[in-house]
Formats: sequence, C-alpha cells, structure tokens
Amino acid sequence: MERKIRILIAKPGLDGHDRGAKVIARGFRDAGFEVIYTGLHQTPEQIVAAAIQEDVDAIGLSILSGAHDYIFPQVIQLLREKGADDIVVFGGGIIPEEDIPALQKAGVKAIFTPGTPIDEAIKWVRENIKHRK
Amino acid sequence: MFREDQLRKVEEEKRKWTEDLSKILCETPERLPRFSTVSDMEVKGLYTPEDLKDIDYSRDIGFPGQYPFTRGVHPSMYRGRLWTMRMFSGLGGPEETNKRFHYLLNHGETGLSIAFHYPTLMGYDSDSPMARGEIGKCGVAVDTLKDMEILFEGVPLDKVTTSMTINPPASILLAMYIVVAEKQGISKREIGGTIQNDMLKEFIAQKTFMLPPRPSLRIIVDTIEYCTKEVPRWNTISISGYHIREAGATAVQELAFTLADGMAYVEAAMERGLNVDDFAPRLSFFFDSHIDFFEEIAKFRAARRIWSKIMRERFMAKNPRSWMLRFHTQTAGCSLTAQQPFNNIVRTAYEALAAVLGGTQSLHTNSLDETYAIPTEEAVTIALRTQQILAEETGVANTIDPLAGSYFVEALTSRVEEQAWEYIRKIDEMGGMVAAIERGYPQMEIAESAYRYQRQVDSGERVIVGVNKYVTEHPPITIWRMRPEIEERQLRRLREVKESRNSMKVKECLDRIRKASQGSENLMPHIINAVREYATVQEICDVWREVFGRYTDPGYF
Repeated sequence: MERKIRILIAKPGLDGHDRGAKVIARGFRDAGFEVIYTGLHQTPEQIVAAAIQEDVDAIGLSILSGAHDYIFPQVIQLLREKGADDIVVFGGGIIPEEDIPALQKAGVKAIFTPGTPIDEAIKWVRENIKHRK
Repeated sequence: MFREDQLRKVEEEKRKWTEDLSKILCETPERLPRFSTVSDMEVKGLYTPEDLKDIDYSRDIGFPGQYPFTRGVHPSMYRGRLWTMRMFSGLGGPEETNKRFHYLLNHGETGLSIAFHYPTLMGYDSDSPMARGEIGKCGVAVDTLKDMEILFEGVPLDKVTTSMTINPPASILLAMYIVVAEKQGISKREIGGTIQNDMLKEFIAQKTFMLPPRPSLRIIVDTIEYCTKEVPRWNTISISGYHIREAGATAVQELAFTLADGMAYVEAAMERGLNVDDFAPRLSFFFDSHIDFFEEIAKFRAARRIWSKIMRERFMAKNPRSWMLRFHTQTAGCSLTAQQPFNNIVRTAYEALAAVLGGTQSLHTNSLDETYAIPTEEAVTIALRTQQILAEETGVANTIDPLAGSYFVEALTSRVEEQAWEYIRKIDEMGGMVAAIERGYPQMEIAESAYRYQRQVDSGERVIVGVNKYVTEHPPITIWRMRPEIEERQLRRLREVKESRNSMKVKECLDRIRKASQGSENLMPHIINAVREYATVQEICDVWREVFGRYTDPGYF
C-alpha cells in the first residue's frame, strides 16, 4: 500500500491565532493525509527539526501576526542548511497580496489567503506534493 | 406573561394561520430547507405569546438596574450616560501609539484601550530571539516603565480610564501604570481601568499563555487581592468570551465557557479568604458581537441573567453590585473579510447596534482594514464615527432595552440561557473549568464548532458576501505598515534603559519577586518596586518561568 502524504502544519512565532491552522489540519486529515500539528509558538528551528524527524513531505505554515516576511524565508533557509529543501513549504494567514511575490521568490510554493475553501487547499496538495525520495 | 384564556385564543388563531401558510408553501416553498443562526441554532418562522408562556415578567425580565438585570445594569442606562467608546489601539512603538491615543481622544473617544505587541503579551522583551519579526506589528512594544511613560505622555490618568489587553504579564503592566500615575502625581486610589488578566480563556482560545493554569490563577488572585485593598477603582479582570468566540465557538459556548471561567476566579479568590462582596463588584466581562443580530442581543441579556443567579445563589453575594455583569464588547473580527473590505464597515455597524441593544458598557468597533493589518488613521476614524452616529443620530439610546417583550428575543434569551446552563453543569461535573481545560474539553468543543462552520461556508450553506457569493474583484486598499526604524529605536531604548538603571537594585527586586513567588506572599508590591527600578517585562517573567515552569500548547485539533 502506498504511504500517505505526510504534512506538518506549523504555527511559528508568538502568534496565537490557531483557528485556521486547526481547521486546515482537520480538513487535511479528513482528506486522507497524515497530519502532524506542531501546536503554537514554534521557532523556525523547532519547525525544521520536527519536519525532519517526522519525515514529512511538506510543511504548511500558518501566520497571522505579520511576521511572515521574517519567518517563511527563515524556515526555508534552515531546510536548505539541513539538506532537506525537497520538503515543500506552503502557507496561509493574513498575508498582504504585495508580500506574496517576495515569499514565492524565497521558495514558498503557495500562499492561501483568507477565504480559501479547505477543498481548494486539498486539491493543491494532491497536485503538488509528492513523496520525498 | 399572558392569561390562560389569552393563550388558548392565540393557539387557536395560530392553528388557522399555520393551515393557511402550508397552502401557500405548497405553491411557493421557503427559500431554505432550514433557517439557523450563525451558531447553527435553528429558528422558527414566527414567535408568538405561546413561546413566552413560561416567562414571568418580574422574575425573568424585571427592571433595569434590578435583579436579574436582564434589561441592563443601570436604572437609567444610556439616558444617563452613553457607553464608553474605547478603541483598541497599539502600533509600532510607544511614540506612535501615544500619537494615536491623542488623535482618538481629540476625535471623541471616551476611554483608552491598549493593544500590546506579541513579545509583550507573551512576556518577552524586544531584544529576545523570540521577538524576531514581531516588534511593533500587532500592537505597541512595551519593555520597561520608560515605554509606558512615553505611551501616556500628556494623558491625565485621573481623567481617562484605560483598558489593557494583557494576560500573563498583566500584573506587571498594571504595576507600570500605577507608577506612571504616581509620577503624574495621581494616587493609585484614583486611577480607573481594566487589565484583562483572564488566563483561563488563554488556554481555551487566545493562546497567549506562559505558566501552567494553577500558578497563573495564583498570580491573578494576587492582583484581585491587591487591587481590592489598594486600587479600588480598578477592574481586576476582564473575563473574556471574545477570544473564545473568535476561535470558532458558538454564541452559547462563548457565554457558557466565559461564565464558567468567571466562576473559577470567584472560587479561587474566596479560597484565598476574600469576601465575595469585596471583590465581585470589580469583576468585568468582555464579549464578542457577531453578525447574527438577534442571537447576540439574546446572548448579552442572558449573560446578565445567568451571572446574577450564579453570584446570588451559588456564591451567596449580598451586595447587588456583585450580581451585576458589566461588559465591554468588540465587534467580531472573524466576521470581517479581506475581500471587498469596505463591506466591513456595514458589518461592524450592525454588530455595534446589537451590542448597544444588548446593553454594553463600552464598545470597540473594528476598522474596515483589520483583516490586513492594524488600522490606518482614516479607517479607525470611520469605526469611531460608526459609534457616534449610533449614539447620537439613530435614537437607539433613547429607550432602555427596547427589544424586551419581543416574542422572538425573549424566547431566544431563554433558550440561550438554558443551553448555557447545560454546559455549565457539564463543566461542574468535570470538577470546574481548570479541570475541564486540563482535559481539553472546551478546546475540543470549539475546534469542532469552528470546523463545522468552515464546512458550511465552503459548501455555500452559509453565505459570506464577497467570499462565497457576489464575488467580484476589488482594488487593493492602502494598509498600515510598520517602519523598520521603529524596531531599531525600540532596541536602542531598551539598551539605554538597561545601561542607565541601578542594576544592583533591579537584581534585589527580582530576587524578592522570586522569593515571594516561591512562597505565598502577595506579589504585587514587589512587582511595583521592580518596575519602578526599570526591571523589564521579560526579566520578571523569566523569574516566573523558572519558578513555576512553562505551559506548552497540547495542540488539540
């Protein structure tokens, strides 16, 4: 039997708004993915360590505090340093449109802004996340 | 409310009406298979005197300012004094926020409310690695007394009241406020305001937590005990449903979990040996005003009725002021949309109206751009003007509790009350709210409601204009941005304060806090001494983290 896609849903920084992260974690689980949720207040270092230890295929970062411009690139940088940059990083939260190009350039594969239906995120994962080699 | 013969007549007439209606519905059915509130509570098409047959006016509704306070806590309500218009504000550093305070006061705001940035909320200083990327973004950076001095420059603390949304370090920020007042020549006995100081809902919903529940409760009771004696005009806690609702709870869950939190605080303070009537008049509440108009009004009315019963019957409070549930309201941030943001002005106006019809004591109205960032000056002005139009143009403040006696509103008030009691009983059976939180009960209930709601939105069953219906493109709006030099200035000031203070004295003060934390002495006098010597928020919180340990998120989903 083929292994399920494994996704780490992570809440970086001091931001406590976890409603979206939990709804998406539940939605992904119901869609048949394996979901690990970090809980709140994780540093980029902790998130990358968890992703490697749990051998996930992707990391979904949720952030609503405005710290995305620091935290997203930091996670990607750390993955690269650990030789784990084949783990796909995507994210969601309160992220102004004009910030998205810079995040994509830094290596974030998709950003889901407020109002995205759960199924749209699921569809994107099915089409874009493959098992790591 | 009605005589037997009146009710029989209504019943008969209703039967006839129902027959006529069903004929019409055969030809043109109703728009939806089911009508429900935003909390998914089913509502009927028509309410009549039959729905009020178990309601006794004197017992259940009564008069404003009288038990059970269904109609409001003051006998004259807004005819005597309007609600306090209190806009939640904090942006960048203390300089920017001080400017915003003055701007709002000059535009007719009647009370202050501080939003702190995340590091302060979580007990970290701006120079901590935990603060990277967060400085000044979600509120104002406050590291030491120096920042509070700048924040309140030109604000007379004996004339204006201030609410502070702060939880694990609430006692520290209150201590700083007391010392700022002292420096203005104002005694702590004269200052008025509120600290949120409600840790239980942090574990449940807002998630700015630091210490485990039980030591958190001890520090809260220290502040209640201290203020009861020394700061008599201070609201020692703002028992909050707002964040519970925003995390996805229904109206009933918001109400029940908040009141159950309130009960846990009363019990903890009584266990300390405090007399309930000495501290209960200074407990205050904070609710969300969501988009479902009548459900919210019913919730506010039910809240007062339940709390008065709890205080009088369960805790045997004798002073009528102890029975009163006074509350602040914020319109629902979670009802606003990033899409077509100007629609948010309209949503906020309806929500503000519900809060006023529900008898709120103070109100924050959200700005149209808050789904993106902290509001711009222009956006916050519209939000404040929304309240002023409501207060002074619409006439809704002319009559007290104008919806009382509405068949629908009274029936809904009773239903919300009954369902809230069911939750309260369940939590009682678990051994109270602290025990319920430790087993993750309210957290899981909220996660379940949030998920159900999202599925209803995704399926289109629940309409959100501009998101899943009437979708059109809108041009981007200009949003507030944090300037990088604010971060540099904040870090520089913190460095300068640390260099210029008497570090021996700071160390002594911190040692006294450590010793008091390990024992049972009230912490407040020691905290006040420490902040006066410019000890930082994090230095004090680090002592607590060391003594009490940290709480980490169990990550229920």
